[in-house]
Amino acid sequence: MHPDDRLLFEKSRPGMNAIEAPRPELPKGAESLDTASLLPAELRRQSATDLPAVGQLDLVRHYTRLSRKNFAISTTFYPLGSCTMKFNPLINETVVAEPGFADLHPYQNEDDIQGALGLVFELERYLAEISGLPHISLHPAAGAHGELTALMVIREHFRKIGEDDRRTVLIPDSAHGTNPASCTLCGFKTVELKSNEDGLVDIDDLKKKIEAAGPKGIAALMITNPNTLGLFERRIQEIAELIHSAGGKVYMDGANLNALMGISRPGDFGVDIMHFNLHKTFSTPHGTGGPGAGPIGVTDELEPYLPIPRVVKDGERFRFEENRPSSIGRTRAFVGNFGVMVRAYTYIRALGRAGIRRVGENAVLNANYLRVLLGKHMAVAHPRLCMHEFVLTARRLAKEHGVKATDLAKRLLDSGFHPPTIYFPLIVPEALMIEPTETESKSTLDAFAQAFGQIIEEAQKNPEKLHQAPTTTPVQRMDEVRAVKQPVLRWRRG
Amino acid sequence: MPYIQNTENEQREMLRAIGVESIKDLFEPLPASTRLGRDLDIPVGMDEASLRRHMIELAKKNRPLGDGPSFLGAGRTRHYVPVIVDHLAGRSEFVTAYTPYQPEASQGSLQVFFEFQTMIAQITGMEIANSSVYDGASALAEAALMALSLQKVDRIVVSKASHPEDRDTLRTYLRNLDVELVEVPLKEGRTDLDATRKALEVGASALCFQSPNFLGILEDGAALTEIAHEAKALSIVSVHPLSLGVVAPPGDYDADIVVGDGQPLGCPPYLGGPAFGIFATREKFIRRLPGRIVGQTVDGQGRQGYVLTFQTREQHIRRDKATSNICTNNALMALRGAIYLAAMGERGFAAVAESCLVQAHAAARAITQVEGCSLLYDGQPFFCELAVQLPKKAKEVNRHLAKKGIQGGYDLGRFDPALDHAMLLAVTEVTSGDDVDRLVAALREL
Repeated sequence: MHPDDRLLFEKSRPGMNAIEAPRPELPKGAESLDTASLLPAELRRQSATDLPAVGQLDLVRHYTRLSRKNFAISTTFYPLGSCTMKFNPLINETVVAEPGFADLHPYQNEDDIQGALGLVFELERYLAEISGLPHISLHPAAGAHGELTALMVIREHFRKIGEDDRRTVLIPDSAHGTNPASCTLCGFKTVELKSNEDGLVDIDDLKKKIEAAGPKGIAALMITNPNTLGLFERRIQEIAELIHSAGGKVYMDGANLNALMGISRPGDFGVDIMHFNLHKTFSTPHGTGGPGAGPIGVTDELEPYLPIPRVVKDGERFRFEENRPSSIGRTRAFVGNFGVMVRAYTYIRALGRAGIRRVGENAVLNANYLRVLLGKHMAVAHPRLCMHEFVLTARRLAKEHGVKATDLAKRLLDSGFHPPTIYFPLIVPEALMIEPTETESKSTLDAFAQAFGQIIEEAQKNPEKLHQAPTTTPVQRMDEVRAVKQPVLRWRRG
Repeated sequence: MPYIQNTENEQREMLRAIGVESIKDLFEPLPASTRLGRDLDIPVGMDEASLRRHMIELAKKNRPLGDGPSFLGAGRTRHYVPVIVDHLAGRSEFVTAYTPYQPEASQGSLQVFFEFQTMIAQITGMEIANSSVYDGASALAEAALMALSLQKVDRIVVSKASHPEDRDTLRTYLRNLDVELVEVPLKEGRTDLDATRKALEVGASALCFQSPNFLGILEDGAALTEIAHEAKALSIVSVHPLSLGVVAPPGDYDADIVVGDGQPLGCPPYLGGPAFGIFATREKFIRRLPGRIVGQTVDGQGRQGYVLTFQTREQHIRRDKATSNICTNNALMALRGAIYLAAMGERGFAAVAESCLVQAHAAARAITQVEGCSLLYDGQPFFCELAVQLPKKAKEVNRHLAKKGIQGGYDLGRFDPALDHAMLLAVTEVTSGDDVDRLVAALREL
C-alpha cells in the first residue's frame, strides 16, 4: 500500500495538528476565572479521544487522494436507474454559501429571515404547480423520510375520520424497498400487487386485493409513476378511481418525476399525496449519500395533517406556523434541509417554465435513444417506448455464457463508466436499470453504447475477463462475506 | 439551456434512431387525459448573472448571525469552521457521487465513512457508530425504535429536558406503533432522578435524556444510566458533540446508545438543516443498528478496502422487515464532520471544547453582575449554554438587544410559559470578549 493511502489514524503523529486551536477569549474582568474548577471532576473527560493528529498538507492530500478514488457525475457518466444522476449546476453551490442563507438560525426573529421564508414559500408554490397538488411541506429530510411522513399523514387522516382500521397498503412488486419499510413503521401492513406482462399494474389483481382487504381495509396504494421499469401507468386514472371508491388514498413515489415535468401532473391524474426528491429531480447533489430533501405534496383534504412548522404568508410578511392541532407533528427538527431547498429553488429559477418542460422531454429522449442503442446488444425487458429509464435483462447472457449483470457492471468500471443500477426492479431477472438523464450529450450516450457493445462481445468470447473485472479500479471485487463474518467497523489502536 | 447538451440537429438524429417523428411522439404512452396541455405557471428562466443577482438580493433580506454578536443556541450553535472543511468537502468527486453501492468505484467515500465511524466512536466513547443519519432528532427517534426492537417493552421514557423538537419527533414516530411515551419532569433544571426511577418502575425499552440538556445543564449521566439499567431499559443519551472534548463521554458511564446532531462539527447552521445525525452504540447491537455501516475487508488480491456491510438489515433487501426505513445518511455533512474532527485532532478538539466551557462561564460571571440578571439554576454544571433569569420578559429583552444589533438568546417562555422571564444564551469559542461586553452593556440599560 502506498503510505498516503493509509488510514488517518496510521498517519497520526502526536503533537501535530492541521489547524491552530483557538485560545479562549474572555470578556473584561474574567481573567481571574479558575478554569480548572468549572466542571466537577466526575463530569470531566478523563479518557483520551485518540483523534488523529495530522498536519495540514497531509490532511489536504489525504482527502484529495480519497476523492479521486470515487466515480462522480463531475468525472464520468453515471446512469444509475431511478437515481436521476443529472448534472448538479455549480451556481447552486455558489449561492447556498452566501452567509444570508448559510448563517441563519431557525429561531431567529422572523423579521430577520424574510428572504429565507419567502424562498421556502415560493419553492412550495413551484412544486405545487409542477405536481398539481396544492399544498407542499418541505420538512422531510430525504425520499424515504418523505414517504414515511406521507404515510403518517394518511394514517392521521383516517384516525381523524374514525377509520383507523384501514391498515392495508397495496404496493406493486416493482416498487422501491423503502415503500414497504416505511409502511411497517406506520403500523400498516403491505400487500404486494402483481405486475402484468406489460410491466404495469395488473388491474384484475388490484381489484382482487381491494376486495380481499374488506370494505374498510384499504388505506392506500403506493404507486411509482413512471414505474421502475420506466413505463408510464397508462391506466393510472382508472387505478386511482378504484382506490378512491374503496375509500383509500393514492400515494405516488415521486422518484421518477423527472420524466413528467411540465408534461403531466400527478395531482391531475388522481394522486392524493406524493413525495419529491429534490436530490434527483431538482438537481441538488447526491453528496455520496445525502443530504437530500423529500418534500411531500397533498390535496386540500390532507393539508391539515402536514407536519409543522408550516411557512405562511400574512399580507407581505412570511412566518412560521406551529399551532396546527391536526398536524402529525414533526418528523425531524426545524423547518427542513434548507440548504437543499436553496439549491432546488435556484435550479427552478434558472430553468423557468420552458426549461422545466425541456428537462422532461430530453430525459425521455435520451432514455429512448440509449434504449434503442443498447437494445441491439441485449434484451430490453419491455421493448417499447419508455419514459426516463429502461431495464435490460442479462438473463440470456447468464444462461449461455455464465456472465451475470454484476459482471457487466464491474466491467463497465474498467471502461471508465459508472454502471447502471443492477438487480432492480426485483421482477426482472439479471436486471440492469438505466437512466441517462437529460443532461448527457448524444456523444456520451454513443460512447457508452459502444463500450457496452464491446463488453457484450467480450462476454461471449472471453467471459473470464468479465468475471475478473474490474482490474483498473483502486481495489478489485471485495470480500463482502468476510466483512460480515469478521466485522471490522472502526480502526482500533493495534 | 446550458444544462441540456443536445443540439437540435442531434435531437433530430436521435428521434430518427428511435423511429419517431417528434418529441411529442415519445409521450404517446401518456393518455391525452393525463397531459397538462398548457405551460406551467412558473416564472421564465434566468441567465446566470441575473440569477446570481436575484439570489444575493434574497440573501440580503436575511440577517446572518455573523452580522453582529449572537447568543442564539438551543440546538444550533455557531462554531468556527476551518477553511479546509469547505475546500475538501466541496470537491466535486464527493459532492456528485452516489451512495457507495459499488465499492470499487467508491473507495474514497467508503474510507471516509470508516474513519468517520471511528472518530464518532472515539469522541462518544462507544464501541461502534454508523455513518450517520438525518439529524439529531431523527437519530433519537431511530434509537428509540432500535431499543423497542431489542427490549420489546412498548414504553419509552424521555426527560422533559430533552430538546422540545426532539421530543416532538419521538412522539410522531411512536404514535403509530402503539408505544407509550412518558415524559419525566425536571428538578432544578435537571432530570428528576426520583421521578425517573418511578417512571421506569413498570418497565420501558429505553430512557432517553440529553446532556448538556436543553437548558444547557449537564445531567448526571452515570446516575440516569444506572437507573435505566436497574429497570432493564437501555440508556439513550443525546449529546452536543463538541462538549465531549471536556465532558465525560456516555461510553464512560455505560450508556447503550449515543445520538446527537452533528452541526457543531463543521456545518453551518443553514436555518436548521442539513447537518447530520450521530448514532453510536455497542458492537453486539450491530444487527439492530439503523442506517449505513462501512466495514473493512480485502479484495481478491488481498488488498485492504471498504464496503457497505450488514446490508441485510436495510430496506432495499429486507423491505417490510427492515430495521428502519432510513436510506441516506446525510453523507456530505458527515464528511464535513470527519474533516472537522481530523483537522482539530485530539488537541484541537479538546481545546475548542475548553474554550466554549471557559468563555461561557466567563460570560455567566459578567452577565450575573448586571442587576436583575442571575443564573436560573445557579450552581448547576453547564457547557456552553446558560439559562439566565432576566428583570423583564425575554421577549422584551430580545427586542432591546435587537435594537443594539445583538441577536439575543432563546426565549425560554417558548419552552415553558413559566420561564418567560428567562432566556438561554449560547456562548462558544466564536463569541468574542467584546460580544459579551456589548451584551452586558445592553442588559444594563434595561
